[in-house]
Amino acid sequence: MKVSRGSLLPALALAAVVPLALSACGGSSSGGSKGGGKVKLSLVAYSTPQAAYEKIIAAFQQTAAGKNITFSQSYGASGDQSRAVADGLPADVVEFSLAPDMQRLVDADIVAADWDTNEHKGIVTNSVVVIATRKGNPKGIKDWPDLVKPGVEVITPNPFTSGGARWNLMAAYGGTLAEGASEADANAYLADLLKNVPVQDNSARDSLQTFIGGKGDALLSYENDAIFAQQNNQALDYTVPDNTILIENPVAVTKTSTHPKEAQAFVDFLYSDTAQKLFSDNGYRPVVASDATMDFPTPSGLFDITKFGGWTTVMTKFFDPDNGIVGKIEQGLGVPTSK
Amino acid sequence: MTRNRTSAPRWGLRVVVLAYLMFLLVLPVVVILYRTFQHGLSPVFDALTTSDAQHAYKITAIVAVSAVVLNTVFGVAAAILLVRHRFPGRRILDAVIDLPIAVSPVVVGLALTLVYGRNTAVGSWFGRHGINIIFSLPGMVIATSFVALPLVVRAVGPVLEEIGEEQEQAAATLGASAFQRFTRITLPSIRGALAYGVVLSLARSLGEFGAVAVVSGRLLGKTETVPLYVLDLYNNFNQTGAYAASTSLVLVAVAALVASRFLRPRGAMT
Amino acid sequence: MSPPASNDLSAGGGGTLAVPPLTGGPRIGGGRTARRGLSGRFVVGPTLTGGFVVLFLSVVVLIPLAVLVYKSTGSGWAGFWHQVHSPFAWSALKLTVVMSLLVALINLVMGTAIAWLLVRDRMPGRQFLDTIIDLPFALPTIVAGVTLILLFGPTSPIGINLAYARSGVLLALLFVSLPFVVRTVQPVLLELDRDMEEAAASLGASQFTIFRRIILPTIAPAMAAGTTLAFARALSEFGSTVLISGNLPGKTQVAAVFIYGKIQEDSVTGAAAVSTVLLAVSLVVLVLLNVIQLWVARRD
Repeated sequence: MKVSRGSLLPALALAAVVPLALSACGGSSSGGSKGGGKVKLSLVAYSTPQAAYEKIIAAFQQTAAGKNITFSQSYGASGDQSRAVADGLPADVVEFSLAPDMQRLVDADIVAADWDTNEHKGIVTNSVVVIATRKGNPKGIKDWPDLVKPGVEVITPNPFTSGGARWNLMAAYGGTLAEGASEADANAYLADLLKNVPVQDNSARDSLQTFIGGKGDALLSYENDAIFAQQNNQALDYTVPDNTILIENPVAVTKTSTHPKEAQAFVDFLYSDTAQKLFSDNGYRPVVASDATMDFPTPSGLFDITKFGGWTTVMTKFFDPDNGIVGKIEQGLGVPTSK
Repeated sequence: MTRNRTSAPRWGLRVVVLAYLMFLLVLPVVVILYRTFQHGLSPVFDALTTSDAQHAYKITAIVAVSAVVLNTVFGVAAAILLVRHRFPGRRILDAVIDLPIAVSPVVVGLALTLVYGRNTAVGSWFGRHGINIIFSLPGMVIATSFVALPLVVRAVGPVLEEIGEEQEQAAATLGASAFQRFTRITLPSIRGALAYGVVLSLARSLGEFGAVAVVSGRLLGKTETVPLYVLDLYNNFNQTGAYAASTSLVLVAVAALVASRFLRPRGAMT
Repeated sequence: MSPPASNDLSAGGGGTLAVPPLTGGPRIGGGRTARRGLSGRFVVGPTLTGGFVVLFLSVVVLIPLAVLVYKSTGSGWAGFWHQVHSPFAWSALKLTVVMSLLVALINLVMGTAIAWLLVRDRMPGRQFLDTIIDLPFALPTIVAGVTLILLFGPTSPIGINLAYARSGVLLALLFVSLPFVVRTVQPVLLELDRDMEEAAASLGASQFTIFRRIILPTIAPAMAAGTTLAFARALSEFGSTVLISGNLPGKTQVAAVFIYGKIQEDSVTGAAAVSTVLLAVSLVVLVLLNVIQLWVARRD
């Protein structure tokens, strides 16, 4: 009585393959237009502009160009997001915290090399680095030297994943220089500063959560993120140091986009008065002069990344994981001596 | 049983155990329910009906159901193999099936990325054929299958063993095909255990966080599942949304608990 | 004869949410000797089914894990050791193991106590407790994290703030590992023959003696198995600790969270190396569990 179980197999195999095939379709139809001229764009951005994009996308969908466009969105640490796109995360529009994360995609042949050639140099929003403190600033932390005092805990994210962290450190470095320190002093300052950091989260948003959760005396933050926290009724104050860095956030359409026309329309919309105003409502400094609702004071000693020779130079000098100034400090940091 | 003399220790034990469960289990759930419905039903309703939320539910359902179907097919096949057949390497296979229990979800995600990522041999081959595995649904399904892998096998196996194969043999003697024997005899007798295993797998699959967090790319509106969405909302100070989404998952978990109580194989416990 | 004591374990294991009958109990098919029935022969069916099972297992589990281990030694043993021994990696691993041991120990005591209460104490609400014990299995870990930080975080309504402290991590791990010992010990307690206890009591044995000499030896294997499972679960936990731990490196960052950070940093060798160590510890635990099963099987 030799009865084979073989006939079971096709049924089993079929049952196994169907869901995989289904999900494969779901995966590969990324951004595929499905009926009615609907287009789904994938927006991949760094961690903080989510609230702004929610409103901007809604506004975009009110316009003729955006009528039939929906979005999938991903937010996370700038460096992480950039690597994910380089590793195959589908994206039509990318916005990062800083230019080097865009450069990675240029190198990976995903973003065109001329992404920074529009009239705004590819930059869609500005901000500055601020020092956020507990409500009422009980420790009197106002400027860069206050951050390296003994017993002060500073929260700033990991510069090897977070764009915000790189802005923070360059602001601190430049701020110290502007206050009369030598380069060697400023290097030592960075080391002292990082010694006071008990936890380096992956992204600026994670750091904000850590700070809100009760850890640390000061938080180095995007101005927009500090404003965002206040808008959400979180108890924190912030100071804009006199000497701080201008943050410039780049945006681009990818070459790999399946809907480049729609993606470009969206990026164009980002520069419209409507979108720029919505950005400024959410704490960003607009790059296009508009009737911003918020008053953004210009710090007397504001500098930008060109002060240090631009990002390409800075990336090698400071953020090379093996030989950069920050890379070496991070290597040398033992277990933080926090309580 | 007259155990009056033990009533003091008994009360002591009761107090300790109840306090432990109270703080660890009951209060957290009560607090989240309270915080969710603090301002009434409508904010909860609003939070759960945003397009991102609905998409997250849809993705979660697709991923979980796919993984459960795969694991059910695998589980039944593996259980039949292990119980009904003797072959070299059987004990190894048996042991390997338990492996996923001991592997951290994050490690699962990393391991899958290393094999199926876009920059790997396998991943790029699929990429050239238009299929993304990592940062896409297939990767999420595989990750979910991994973590829930043993559940169906381990639910079905003991029952399969219990029923023996006399009936199947009899049917075979009467000329029933393998398929007939499976659908007419084997399946009905393992139905309860299978349903139980499926419920377990479904609960586990719906809630998977770590492995999916690594492989999904967390595209809101595309590859973001409800558990990922919860963290996302939480990080953006959208407490109402985070608590509402959490509560919806709590309710699913409770439903799974109740279902599993009914489906629990007989004789397990009162 | 049937079911032997080991089957009690498997009944409990199989009978509750997600404690697979891996705990004790015969391996599937191990309890009865192989029948040489029609299906015992090597016919086409089983071979194909076997092929499918092995293929699926390979694609989903085995190949990825093998590649992971391979990648971890990508830069040689020195590189592997360098990664594992870097201060934060090492402290994360150490914290994870120590915390998991602590969690296992607390579970051993509390889990047994809970099982005892559920089986022996006919108090009101027992059924309810019995049902909710499994909640940590059914609840997504991130939701566990959110609920725990709500109750024990900075905005705690009961004024207990364990966020960013090791006690917070401990709490999260206790939560997710709660059911293991309960669900392995409970069925054995249920099967326990009361006559022996009655007899011992009538002979004047104290409660303590009865527990130590009669009850404990019987439930010990189940306790050991449950504790081992709880340990394994705590080792690998991720979601529930993410929020409450604050992930302070060297202080509250557990291994899984460390690995997640390394993945985000794109430090694949670092992530893979620590993963491999974690995997190795888990494997040791699995082997231990098998040894316990053998122990149980041999006692009968």
